[in-house]
Amino acid sequence: MIQDGTLSIRVNGEHRRVRDGLTIADLALELGLEPTKVAVERNLEIVPRSTLGEVRVEDGDEFEIVTFVGGG
Amino acid sequence: MEDRWEVAGRSFTSRLIVGTGKYKDFEQNAAAVEASGAEIVTVAVRRVNISDPGQPLLTDHIDPKRYTYLPNTAGCFTAEDAIRTLRLAREAGGWDLVKLEVLGEAKTLYPDMRETLRATEILVREGFLPMVYCVDDPIAARQLEEAGAVAIMPLGAPIGSGLGIQNRVTIRLIVEGANVPVLVDAGVGTASDASVAMELGCDGVLMNTAIAEAKDPILMARAMKLAVEGGRLAYLAGRMGQRRYADPSSPLAGLI
Repeated sequence: MIQDGTLSIRVNGEHRRVRDGLTIADLALELGLEPTKVAVERNLEIVPRSTLGEVRVEDGDEFEIVTFVGGG
Repeated sequence: MEDRWEVAGRSFTSRLIVGTGKYKDFEQNAAAVEASGAEIVTVAVRRVNISDPGQPLLTDHIDPKRYTYLPNTAGCFTAEDAIRTLRLAREAGGWDLVKLEVLGEAKTLYPDMRETLRATEILVREGFLPMVYCVDDPIAARQLEEAGAVAIMPLGAPIGSGLGIQNRVTIRLIVEGANVPVLVDAGVGTASDASVAMELGCDGVLMNTAIAEAKDPILMARAMKLAVEGGRLAYLAGRMGQRRYADPSSPLAGLI
């Protein structure tokens, strides 16, 4: 963490700074996403949807946030 | 007579599974799915668009409560990538029935069977019910079944090629040897191809491009529905034997 109280994370390969104290559900909402419509992987581990509102974002976290799209 | 089929203990009426890729828009996609009569649709798992999160979602147009979503691993070239994708899919959707495909190369999109078999074993241990895209090899099909695949899905021709069922002999061998459903996955180009697959005794057919790239996808979806039903009925009816020469259908006796 740097002095301004923000955390450095990566979401889907892109670097971001977010404020400290967010849960993953908060992060999704800040990104404009509906937490019930996505699946989240944090540092290569699945985060169960039931815990998205509890698990806190930490400095250096790498997230993959996915959803269903058209495919064959 | 109701002719249902089962995969992993789930029962379906429609033997046509359709993809949801390559459509002009969600409206056309939803209308084509409706016209196809499919009860199962394949879907892909991809990163959400963070730069434009307000975009419409597939789930808003094709209701996951009405259709069984079958998440695929299209685009995965290793067992690890495929497993990672399906773990995310399970979390996104909450179900275990999935379509596994592990590709060997971009040019042919042929499955890498060594990785496919390895991924099948791991997924089954993790409680998944994988329907597995595979080569048209009866031995590989048996090995997948032994590993716990809940359906065997050999290609009839390369993905997206529309070349039709190029391998009737080996598809038939797989059907005869399998104790789980066999579905032709990939290769269908037009309605008669779907009928051929069903006449060989397959339990179903999975297709995407043949419908999505038709000039009128919604009309083609209906054609595929009828072709799958026609082929299934022909298989159940048992076709006539083939002869080398003619055999008149009208009686020879009583000719004037």
